[in-house]
Amino acid sequence: MQHFIEFRNVSFRYREDHPWVLKNVSFHIGSNEWLAIIGHNGSGKSTIAKLMNGLLLPQTGEIFVDGMPVNENTIWDVRKTVGMVFQNPDNQFVGTTVRDDVAFGMENHGLPREVMLKRIEESLQAVGMSEYERHEPHRLSGGQKQRVAIASVLAVSPELIILDEATAMLDPRGRREIMETIREVQRKRSLSLITITHDLNEVTQADRVIVMNEGETWMEGVPRDIFAQKDALQDIGLDTPFVTKLAAELSGAGLAMQREPLNHQELLEDLWTLHSKM
Amino acid sequence: MSSNMIIGQYVPGNSVIHHLDPRTKITIIFFFVLIVFFANSVMSYGLLTVFSLGSALSTRIPVKYLVKGLTPVWFLILFTFILHLFVTKEGTVLFSILTLDVYSGGLIQGLSLSLRFFLLILVTSLLTLTTTPIAITDAIEDMLGPLKKFRFPVHELALMMSISLRFIPTLMQETEKISKAQASRGVDFKTGPIKDRVKAIVPLLVPLFVSAFKRAEELAMAMEARGYQGGEGRSKLRKLQISRLDIYSFIVFGLVIFGLFLTRS
Ligand SMILES: Nc1ncnc2c1ncn2[C@@H]1O[C@H](COP(=O)(O)OP(=O)(O)OP(=O)(O)O)[C@@H](O)[C@H]1O
Ligand SMILES: [Mg+2]
Repeated sequence: MQHFIEFRNVSFRYREDHPWVLKNVSFHIGSNEWLAIIGHNGSGKSTIAKLMNGLLLPQTGEIFVDGMPVNENTIWDVRKTVGMVFQNPDNQFVGTTVRDDVAFGMENHGLPREVMLKRIEESLQAVGMSEYERHEPHRLSGGQKQRVAIASVLAVSPELIILDEATAMLDPRGRREIMETIREVQRKRSLSLITITHDLNEVTQADRVIVMNEGETWMEGVPRDIFAQKDALQDIGLDTPFVTKLAAELSGAGLAMQREPLNHQELLEDLWTLHSKM
Repeated sequence: MSSNMIIGQYVPGNSVIHHLDPRTKITIIFFFVLIVFFANSVMSYGLLTVFSLGSALSTRIPVKYLVKGLTPVWFLILFTFILHLFVTKEGTVLFSILTLDVYSGGLIQGLSLSLRFFLLILVTSLLTLTTTPIAITDAIEDMLGPLKKFRFPVHELALMMSISLRFIPTLMQETEKISKAQASRGVDFKTGPIKDRVKAIVPLLVPLFVSAFKRAEELAMAMEARGYQGGEGRSKLRKLQISRLDIYSFIVFGLVIFGLFLTRS
């Protein structure tokens, strides 16, 4: 199978005299896949994201995006294919109004005006921000700005969207809305998705998880298997979701689940089936 | 303070002048500023005054708002008038206040200069009153376009202006936040001798600058991630377009210029 993105033995450091931030990292993402990357602060997650669209170039190893090797000659095509949403809602809003901001990426790629008008409408609709087309950023909430950021990325019609802690500065409701928006969008358009996050509830929704530790891919697998390794995760300074902890406590008390529950719903199901078996 | 001062503020509206292409407005104002200095008779001043007041009224911005907004300028105008009234010693002595003689030439000079000053301020502030800052930026970018041949960074200048416009409200909000945070720690910006107040600004400015630089860095990264690579090969969403209204405005203004040279003495 052709991987959509592939990291081949990538190592990276910011400067010659700095320590390596990524050490011999290899992994891949398929088309339409949702990959979550977790890891402690400074484990190299954002660095991976920046390498993926050529904001940084690796010292050793190779990165392929949709079959293209990422280098100086391909970065403009790569950036059309890979869209990125950053953490701070304010510092990625370039336009003076919502529609200007959504247009920014398209203007950079020289799209004709008629196409831009059509796509502004479509992408604002996709994130539920159509009514705010003429609003200035200071009249929007953080969550609304992040939705505009997603619309801006969608407008260029990328094949992969990276959310680098895009919900970190939002309240729980804002987070939920953004994740719903994203899931909706991913369902409607064929998109690969990478979410970099400290929010473990986001992680449980992903198809696959990569755990970074000290610049190395430390573990890789489906969320259920990853969370089953609670102790190991805690050793490298990562928290596990409440449900996972609860399940661990319960099995410690003699109520072993037959699978690793990922959310309240699953835990609830497990609990009552367990109960009915007793 | 900022709410009283109208220079540089945009007042949304639906008048003809609001709908003119910003390039038209800039061009007309540019030539107006030049021709004001050609007026030298009662008739010619009258003509320019009618043109300026007519334009101002046609914007349907409340007169009270305009008059109040120009408060700081009124003082300058008055000052100009008084200065010339007493300093110019031409013509016949009209009357004298204390030991100062007022000449007829002084009166004329004072009146005409302060009127000129008033007309200039009024007409130029009509530009910002009826045009969004971003439209002005677009117009400047378009009008400076020919300078690109001489490697003048026109696109960069316009982008800089539009990003500043984008971030002014953000930085204002931030200033407020920081000043509240510092005030809660006992920093006093509002009372005390000037020296202390200036000193109190420092803990406000330092965090503001630090955050502005951080913002700039992140914004640059975000722009690059979205494929920004300079003005080359870029298309534009916002479009300037000359309409019939613009043509009519140029004709009216042309007639004013013509009239001015007829009524000059
Ligand atoms: N511009 C830079 N110059 C030098 N070193 C940097 C730079 N950016 C990041 N680093 C270093 O690289 C390492 C990895 O940083 P990175 O931002 O990739 O971490 P992260 O996993 O995204 O962390 P976080 O969870 O805090 O966002 C850190 O040790 C950091 O100090
Ligand atoms: Mg990071």
